[in-house]
Amino acid sequence: MKEIMQGNSAIVRGAWEAGVKVAAAYPGTPSSEILKDVADNYPEIYAEWAPNEMVALQVASGAAIAGARSMAAMKHVGMNVAADALMTLAYTGIKGGLTIVIADDPFVHSSQNEQDSRNWARFAKIPLLEPGDAQECYDFAKISFDISEQFDTPVILRTETRVAHSDSLVEPGKRVESKMPLGLDPKEASKYVMVPAFVRLRRKIIEERMRKLEEYADTFKYNVMEINDPSVGVITSGVSYMYTKDVFPEWSYLKLGMVWPLPKKMIAEFFKKVKKVIIVEELDPFIETEIKAMGYKIWHGKDLIPNMYELTPEIVEKCLKGKKYKEPKVKVKPEDLPRRPPNLCAGCSHRPLFYALKKLGAFVFGDIGCYTLAVAPPLQALHACVCMGAGGGMAHGASKALGKEGLGKIVAVLGDSTFLHSGVTPLMNAVYNKGNSTTIVLDNRITGMTGHQEHAGTGFTIRQEPTNMVDYMEIGKAMGVKSIRYLDPYNIKECMEIIKEEMNKDEASLLLCKDSPCMLLRRAKPLEKFKNPLYVIDNDKCRGCKACLEINCPAISWRESAGKTVDGHKRKGTVYINPDQCVGCEVCVQVCKFEAIVPGKK
Amino acid sequence: MKDNGKVTNIFLSGVGGQGAILASNILGEVFIKAGYDVKKAEVHGMAQRGGDVTTHFRFGKKVYSPLIKYGDVDYLLSFELLEAIRYINWVKPEGKIIINKSEIFPPAVNLGQMAYPNDVEKTFKKYFKENVWMVDGQAVAKKLGNAQAANVVLVGAFSNFFPEMKDERWIEAIKTLLAPKLHDLNVKAFYEGKKAL
Repeated sequence: MKEIMQGNSAIVRGAWEAGVKVAAAYPGTPSSEILKDVADNYPEIYAEWAPNEMVALQVASGAAIAGARSMAAMKHVGMNVAADALMTLAYTGIKGGLTIVIADDPFVHSSQNEQDSRNWARFAKIPLLEPGDAQECYDFAKISFDISEQFDTPVILRTETRVAHSDSLVEPGKRVESKMPLGLDPKEASKYVMVPAFVRLRRKIIEERMRKLEEYADTFKYNVMEINDPSVGVITSGVSYMYTKDVFPEWSYLKLGMVWPLPKKMIAEFFKKVKKVIIVEELDPFIETEIKAMGYKIWHGKDLIPNMYELTPEIVEKCLKGKKYKEPKVKVKPEDLPRRPPNLCAGCSHRPLFYALKKLGAFVFGDIGCYTLAVAPPLQALHACVCMGAGGGMAHGASKALGKEGLGKIVAVLGDSTFLHSGVTPLMNAVYNKGNSTTIVLDNRITGMTGHQEHAGTGFTIRQEPTNMVDYMEIGKAMGVKSIRYLDPYNIKECMEIIKEEMNKDEASLLLCKDSPCMLLRRAKPLEKFKNPLYVIDNDKCRGCKACLEINCPAISWRESAGKTVDGHKRKGTVYINPDQCVGCEVCVQVCKFEAIVPGKK
Repeated sequence: MKDNGKVTNIFLSGVGGQGAILASNILGEVFIKAGYDVKKAEVHGMAQRGGDVTTHFRFGKKVYSPLIKYGDVDYLLSFELLEAIRYINWVKPEGKIIINKSEIFPPAVNLGQMAYPNDVEKTFKKYFKENVWMVDGQAVAKKLGNAQAANVVLVGAFSNFFPEMKDERWIEAIKTLLAPKLHDLNVKAFYEGKKAL
């Protein structure tokens, strides 16, 4: 019977049915649900959160070399981290099937950049499949392990936000265990030890493999030709097919399930069968460049279809119809409406910490997490964010460039999860190279932004088994950090004093936020530390100075209405604390100069 | 242009935590059980941090795109006033609109920098005349003892547009998706919502 599934779940279902035994990942939108789904629903698969995508791929490839079908999952930028492993796994090949799921994020709904992961396949010389909905996620995931074993290669399964995070119907089947025997063979060094002499041997095998894969692409059952009206033929793939087919159902299509390598004979046949060819693809002109290089003339491609952001049915229609496209009537201009950007939760420990950093006037090098939201007004207390773990390395570099001038001005902030992902080595580097940067780990006891995934510092595995918990203090000590201190982010004054002191020291220091769990992490009982359940405004005292609005708490709002305090100070309005949202964190209380915020009752 | 075998487009919008995603899951159960092809797309990621939540929900004999084409919405089901008006341009001229009378201020309003739109109902009625329905989901749900059930009140109201779908289908969907201890409350919320239109 058909079931409705999210694209990510459909991938997992396909992988499970294909007999996958090991799966590893580091969370990242829009791929995060994959490993959670494995852990929650498929006990036959060993699942783990790895500290980063590189380790996830190492784990999956080790399992593959031991004969198990295995899978690693990540978002597009995660592949950058895992690329070192990928580029050489293309040489060694695998034994048990190995599929790497990469989830792209066109239009950057929740990422630090926009990448087209199809390029990895051409770069690494390995096959890439691109599903367009949940049924295809399921089908392509399942067949990817057969392709992987048949051609002795890792396979990329590339999705994107609208595939990974959309739900549609899937006809699931049964799990079939892999017939590949498990075991390690020490006599295969020439295949798995990539020293130059063996690399040169394997290099040739890659070329042979690509030739065989090209032939296979021509027979691949998910490369489908639909000949309807032959006057226009569209070459497309994935969700771009879905959009185009929706808007132009009458045209002919060559829908590619395998985007690399391309099916050359099929493409030749398609060009014979249709009069004019349009290539519709999201992001880079990947298919287009290749088809042009084969010597074909196309009618339209990236001359009309944008090479950035995501496609949508109306963008495809507008681009291809040109002046004939009828724009829907604009009744209200969306830009006139207040936006609703995401915000740190009421009570979040990041809020007072960034408020303290702002008051100190520090230049803050950050990385990826909820705390990146501190860039938004009115906090505006984050000044650089490039990639996971980047803050530590960048703060060190900036302080080296500025010399003594930089003392007292620079900090790096990382989350607990990103510190373990790629923040440890920059800190080690700062100590080793006699730097003086201050690194703050905003430890909220979980991977927050992506929806609460465990990591090596939480004390639990992905399946909630208790396990070792990394001690950040001990890491710092072992790396030679002399000055390591705990920080209570909820105490703004003390925070400012400690951070100021550490920024002024001419040595690398490490500050660890303590007792500051994510507000949404129930098991850490985040509200227990607060003395009062909520706070309210004392309207006799509030002068309407708006200082408390500077912390950007979602529970606090401005109410315009001219009046006076009890002692006669004129005011233009007062603030209001929403009792349903306030959790009693006391951050606004510390900011208020007039003692106008007082304990309330739930 | 050929019609793609009549696909119905439902656009749900709201604020994180309002239960718009549960509502779209209920729709999914109902229309799948009725034998339709269904696709729905959500933007996840930051909804828990108070951001807006939208779901594109499409059903028909065969659905290709997971996204509704701009301007092609048949039904706009909104859980919050600002999040309703934000998508007014998406609705077809003959489209139908159901709005929950809930105001949740975004940061720019909280900070006193921008005004919360105060003419949402009027604007919709100007363009869509009698095809606009306002429902006070929270008030109805509060009477039943839990304001959280406002989303199911809205689903109940929305069910009126599909008379061919029997109540049992909706109730079954609600029971499939919610924990047993929530069944009574939400079944009542569904029926109260149904009466609210």
